[in-house]
Amino acid sequence: MRINLSQRKTKDDFVLKVQELSGQNLLACYQCGKCSAGCPAVSQMDILPNQIIRYAQLGFKDELLKSKAIWVCASCMTCNARCPKGINIAEVIEALRQILLRKRMDHVKLDKLTDEEKENVPPIALVSNFRKFTS
Amino acid sequence: MKISYYPGCTLKSNAKNFEDSALCSLKNLGVEVEELPRWNCCGTVFSLATDDLIHHVAPIRNLLRVKESNSNRVMTLCAMCYNTLKRANERVKSDPESLDKINKFMYRENIEYEGDVKIFHLLELLRDEIKFENIAKKVIKPLKNLRIANYYGCMLVRPKEVGLDDVENPTVLEDLVSALEGDPVDFPYKTECCGAYQTVDKPEMVADRTYHILTSAQNQGADIVSVSCPLCAFNLDHRQKETIQKHPEFKHMPILYFTQILALALGCSEKDLRFDLHYIDPKPILKEKGLI
Repeated sequence: MRINLSQRKTKDDFVLKVQELSGQNLLACYQCGKCSAGCPAVSQMDILPNQIIRYAQLGFKDELLKSKAIWVCASCMTCNARCPKGINIAEVIEALRQILLRKRMDHVKLDKLTDEEKENVPPIALVSNFRKFTS
Repeated sequence: MKISYYPGCTLKSNAKNFEDSALCSLKNLGVEVEELPRWNCCGTVFSLATDDLIHHVAPIRNLLRVKESNSNRVMTLCAMCYNTLKRANERVKSDPESLDKINKFMYRENIEYEGDVKIFHLLELLRDEIKFENIAKKVIKPLKNLRIANYYGCMLVRPKEVGLDDVENPTVLEDLVSALEGDPVDFPYKTECCGAYQTVDKPEMVADRTYHILTSAQNQGADIVSVSCPLCAFNLDHRQKETIQKHPEFKHMPILYFTQILALALGCSEKDLRFDLHYIDPKPILKEKGLI
């Protein structure tokens, strides 16, 4: 895969926005990979948690915002608990979701869920799902 | 001892077995529980974005209700409520500016919130105040030969600042099972996420998690898995339907709340255990062990 690095991307507002929404210093990451090693959702992810941090540092906005990985994360906080640099990776992934949700780009479309899907799950599942995946 | 109690949405519906068994157990332990006269949804998840104050209003409003009931602490059963209420509280305690903004938003309330309510989980009450050795003395039906794998999930232990036990290797549930003379079974998936709310739009993903978590417990010889979160309970119990469709070799396994196990040992009747709410019926294994 060819990757183009550019100052235009790394200095883009997107990087600042991710840092601000997540409250994390992206440059603290030294790519040890512990977050991805412990992530229970990693087998379903197209971009792994440590790669998400690298992509965010480099301003790879399009790759991140169209990734499946940010919606597969369930904020279980295992990555946060294990990061030796104290980076809250789950917060970084939340920032990426928020950037889309705040433009009304919902991941779960309420009108697409069937009555059966809604009735068969407990309220705790519906409320948390809509809180995380809708605007 | 009189305790203020915040139930949350699912304890009044799908997880009535969790609530009824907890209340019966506490009654048998001589604890008086008073449900908050008014409460609202906690929000279920703690808002992780730094600027997202509006979603902290719901949990903080509940803490005002605790103050109004003349208490300065509140007990939760649901792991997600516990985590959300406690984290929101920690957030406003460490950031007076956001507390002030939230109070201004709730200007119609009669009192202002000052960050002075303590949130605790039933497991902390059992371990730190009632104490397991005293619970052991009240056991009517020892859980002899019942091999229990204890599943913590995420929200009781992470993040460390609000977790009620060790973040990587919690043991409070195992210690409780030992006090009830059951046989706690250690397994490597005890703090591995069940997939949580992904169950709504990605049930097949949750079915895979359920498969791995429960197979691991079975490999360690567990008869049942005990849980402490209504969403984990749903995913591990009800999603076994999808699990067996994806993995035909999978063997069903009963899932019980730790409070049902406690209630059983303390002599509560079957009407307080509400086995009718389970997908996988726990009665056959409990009958086999002579517990019901």
